[in-house]
Amino acid sequence: MKSNRQIEHYVAPIEETPLLATDTLKVDAAPLSLWADAWRKLRRRPLFIISALMIFLLLVVAFFPGLFTQTAPDDNCQLGDSLAGPSAGHPLGFTFQGCDIYSRVIHGTQASLTVGVVSVIFVLIIGVTLGALAGFFGGWVDTVIARIGDIFFALPLVLGALVVTQLPFFRENKSVFTVVMVIVMLGWPQMARITRGAVIEVRNADFVTAARSLGVSKIGTLVRHVVPNALAPIIVLATMELGVFIVTEATLSFLGIGLPGSIMSWGNDISAAKDTLRTNPEVLMFPATALSITVLSFIMLGDALRDALDPKSRKR
Amino acid sequence: MIQYILRRLLQVIPVFLGTTLLVYFMVFALPGDPIRALFGDRPPSESVIAALRQQYNLDQPFWVQYGLFLKNLFTFNLGVDFTGQPIAATLGRIFPVTAMLAAEALAIQAVFGVAFGLIAGLRKGKLFDSTVLVASLVVIAVPTFVLGFVLQLVVGVQLGWAKPTVGSTADWGTLILPATVLGLVSFAYVLRLTRASVIENMNADYVRTATAKGLSRPRVVLAHILRNSMIPVVTYLGANLGGLMGGAIVTEGIFNVPGVGQKLYQAVIRSEGPTVVAIVSVLVLVFVAANLLVDLLYAWLDPRIRYEK
Amino acid sequence: MTTSNITIDEAGTEERPLLEIRDLAISFQTASGEFQAVKNAHLTIMPGETVAIVGESGSGKSTTALAAIGLLPANGRVSGGQILLDGEDISHAPERRMIELRGNTVGMVPQDPMSNLNPVWKIGYQVRETLRANGKPHAPADVARVLGEAGLPDSARRAKQYPHEFSGGMRQRALIAIGLSCQPRLLIADEPTSALDVTVQRQILDHLETMTAELGTAVLLITHDLGLAAERADKVVVMYRGNVVEAGPSLELLRNPQHPYTQRLVASAPSLASRRIQAAKAEGIQTEELLAPTEAVVEKALPEDVLKVESLSKVFKLRSGVGRSTDFTAVDNVSFNVKRGTTTAIVGESGSGKSTVAQMVLNLLPPTSGRIVFDGVDTSTLNSREIFKFRRRVQPIFQDPYGSLDPMYNIFRTIEEPLRTHKIGDKVSREKKVRELLDQVALPQSTMQRYPNELSGGQRQRVAIARALALDPEVIICDEAVSALDVLVQAQVLNLLAELQSNLGLTYLFITHDLAVVRQIADHVCVMQKGKLVETGSTDNVFDSPQQEYTKALLNAIPGASLMLPPVVA
Repeated sequence: MKSNRQIEHYVAPIEETPLLATDTLKVDAAPLSLWADAWRKLRRRPLFIISALMIFLLLVVAFFPGLFTQTAPDDNCQLGDSLAGPSAGHPLGFTFQGCDIYSRVIHGTQASLTVGVVSVIFVLIIGVTLGALAGFFGGWVDTVIARIGDIFFALPLVLGALVVTQLPFFRENKSVFTVVMVIVMLGWPQMARITRGAVIEVRNADFVTAARSLGVSKIGTLVRHVVPNALAPIIVLATMELGVFIVTEATLSFLGIGLPGSIMSWGNDISAAKDTLRTNPEVLMFPATALSITVLSFIMLGDALRDALDPKSRKR
Repeated sequence: MIQYILRRLLQVIPVFLGTTLLVYFMVFALPGDPIRALFGDRPPSESVIAALRQQYNLDQPFWVQYGLFLKNLFTFNLGVDFTGQPIAATLGRIFPVTAMLAAEALAIQAVFGVAFGLIAGLRKGKLFDSTVLVASLVVIAVPTFVLGFVLQLVVGVQLGWAKPTVGSTADWGTLILPATVLGLVSFAYVLRLTRASVIENMNADYVRTATAKGLSRPRVVLAHILRNSMIPVVTYLGANLGGLMGGAIVTEGIFNVPGVGQKLYQAVIRSEGPTVVAIVSVLVLVFVAANLLVDLLYAWLDPRIRYEK
Repeated sequence: MTTSNITIDEAGTEERPLLEIRDLAISFQTASGEFQAVKNAHLTIMPGETVAIVGESGSGKSTTALAAIGLLPANGRVSGGQILLDGEDISHAPERRMIELRGNTVGMVPQDPMSNLNPVWKIGYQVRETLRANGKPHAPADVARVLGEAGLPDSARRAKQYPHEFSGGMRQRALIAIGLSCQPRLLIADEPTSALDVTVQRQILDHLETMTAELGTAVLLITHDLGLAAERADKVVVMYRGNVVEAGPSLELLRNPQHPYTQRLVASAPSLASRRIQAAKAEGIQTEELLAPTEAVVEKALPEDVLKVESLSKVFKLRSGVGRSTDFTAVDNVSFNVKRGTTTAIVGESGSGKSTVAQMVLNLLPPTSGRIVFDGVDTSTLNSREIFKFRRRVQPIFQDPYGSLDPMYNIFRTIEEPLRTHKIGDKVSREKKVRELLDQVALPQSTMQRYPNELSGGQRQRVAIARALALDPEVIICDEAVSALDVLVQAQVLNLLAELQSNLGLTYLFITHDLAVVRQIADHVCVMQKGKLVETGSTDNVFDSPQQEYTKALLNAIPGASLMLPPVVA
């Protein structure tokens, strides 16, 4: 229905609306790769700066405890010092056994971080490999890996750990190694799932098909194009899981099925201090605070990384 | 819909078989006498060992053992514990307590997590949002057993607002403190997940269209933003039931709740391997069944997946 | 500004504009500061009138329209000017007032039918809540009537279904039903059919036109297609970089564009270009003369078939429930030949199997039956070493300029990858080759250090072309290679492709849904429908005397059919 109304013909002054060449390349800044872009965003985030500094400090404490305390953690424990308050050279007081709390907290860092880092490395190796293969090849490879993953996934971590640690081998060889084994055994399916999902998302991208039609082999495309583009969620999960695994170790130690008492660990110390919670809560609170701050650092780092690596936040 | 249920059932059966087989294999297929090995250096009386040997049919080939183990599991013939008490009877007594605890924790994390997450998402970038976000990270970072001790000490002992330990008087009221502790970590995850999906849905095209239709803001928020945001949250809650069970072991230990977790914990401390295996197998069964229920709920929430190929 | 507020119609009675936008400025708060999306927009819509805003992506056309219904994104705000709806300035109206107006005074039909219906609610519910919110009767019968009026057959039963059970066209009908259900005085239609197949597009637009005419609803149509705008609207407003650069009666604007931008747009819009060719041919001018600058020196002396597709079929197994599967024939007995140095277009709507054909020709997907003969050799008989060689000779360019380049690779690595994969040259000679290729696609050599996310869609597509050219291929498969680009950029890339063809003697197999583009570039056309080849022939033959109903329908669906255009651009 076209009406007969008079419609005026308006033309904007050309000097006010100059015509630019179509589709000119206008970039003035330095080239910006995905990682450079993420780093630029990260270094302005307080959450990232705080957590990165914290983690650096924790690593120093873990590797060079001697820099922070001269007192050995388990020698020189005098029952006469049992639950004594702070004194010169012993800023946090003493445990029920008469050991220096400050020294124990410092020396406990190493076990927690070792378990966390080593577990994450193994979970990454197993989970990313299996997840990437399942996601990329699909078909029966996917079905087999997914089903095996489901079986381990259906075993909640603490429950599964309870069973595994009942086995004579684990009971008799309690060590950092057995705890890592338990965590890796029950922790890899989560990583495999995330990797699989990320790989499937990238697998059908046009640039993967383009690489295939250039003559790049299947494994070549997987390694050179698919996995690098699926890394973001994997990195985020790995960082978060570092925190989660440290909590898991502490929980297992707390339940008496984690690290042996001979290894200095926050979980063991919290467990030992629970009996005197009502009279001397500080004995429990110091290792608990150290544990919480460590976990918080990794969780915060993961959160900051998630924001920075989010592909949705990338300009197009 | 029926297709979907059937397919889910078919997927659940191998998972359940695989998981129980894994548990059973680890415990009973190792060289040596598994029953004695399971008890470590504090073996129980000969009569208990004899009962267990019969319970687990150790004279049979492995596959027959496993088959009979499954049969026993489904008939709740779970054998006897350290003191010769039948485990099934004990479980029947203590399971309702744990179920109550888990239900209360689930309710706390779902209700508060969704409510806080919704408000934070709708006010993205405002003070409430950033406060809640940082606070949730702290809650996630503090391990359940530390949180348990802190709340027990502060709320239970120093303030006296709730009973610090539950003992034999477990009911909805006395369980409130342990349920809060148990639900708190997942509460933070639910909050963050709800917030993220509210933010995503707020920018969805259909929400803009709903606004363009002339709907009031509360209607848009409830019927479109919140409704759609529930889908990932329910998935998380289902997947996290296992975490809730693990957490129950710690929480029941701290607050002296007479439930499955405490029983399991005691069995671990006393090195009662067979009891641990029996209870864990039952819990896996419950976990798998609960996940199936969540899947059905999920299909109801998201009509698309009923037709998914 | 000379816009008058009061117009006198034929009867001599005064009329007030339904919507008047004056000097509108809209800014967005972004991480890198305030960004002016709309600088100086003005337009007037009289009651019952259809006005179209035409512009490229980023021109501010959608933002202007969204401001008129108070739906700017949270970081956007009206920073100047007025939006007068029936005399009332709503540019800063409170949300409560906007809720009153939305639905029954201003309605909206959004762009993408896939994402604009809430997937968890039944269609009927989504109609009913609209009626209820605007105080209209909302019994099931009312819902069915509203849906039926929008051309949805069997609407009472359909109302009980979910969006994912609807096709794209049906969803768009449902959205039109929702937009018009409360008889608004103004309907904002934001690219209402650009996500749909061409033949469906036409039906939907026709229906929308009929409905709004009956209801006397004024329409603000947002589109990137000048041909479509001119065909559907009384008045066209052209926007460019946030400014209105020209506005006027549709036909006059097409015949006599004043602003250089409008002139450029009129010259490039494929729908108009293909209409012009038709008009010219009617006057006896030859196609070659019209396309002279781009298709000059194609080698037509060697009419050798470089590619022969013989009885090609592809059957996919679809899982249908537990343990069962049904066959789905995506490509059904398709045969055609491609002559060296020419462009053959495969045209079809979504689901026609055209992309599956491309995948099989690229040897990425094995055919179920039939043969693909490339340069005399059946490609299915190649061993892996021969396939590797084959890849050098046949290269693809894909549709999505955002998806076809690896975001982790910079442009140098992207273009170098084929050379490295085939172990051609050393580091120095490869870099020289990359520089040459960038020259060939008219990108500055400094682009080498950039990453894909720093480039526009058209620039990415040039990089993709450079990558495809790196191995000196003979055949290039363009799978919807220009469909995602803005009109002007699209014309530029098409010119580049034509230029490369005449310089390098390339053969193109061009997969597209857009017949208007085909008219401009192809020598031969294959029309596909539901996996079958329905018509094939030279472009002139197919366009001038289509034999099949389906081809005719496709041709009719090119917007601007009713426009009388001069054969040559003014």
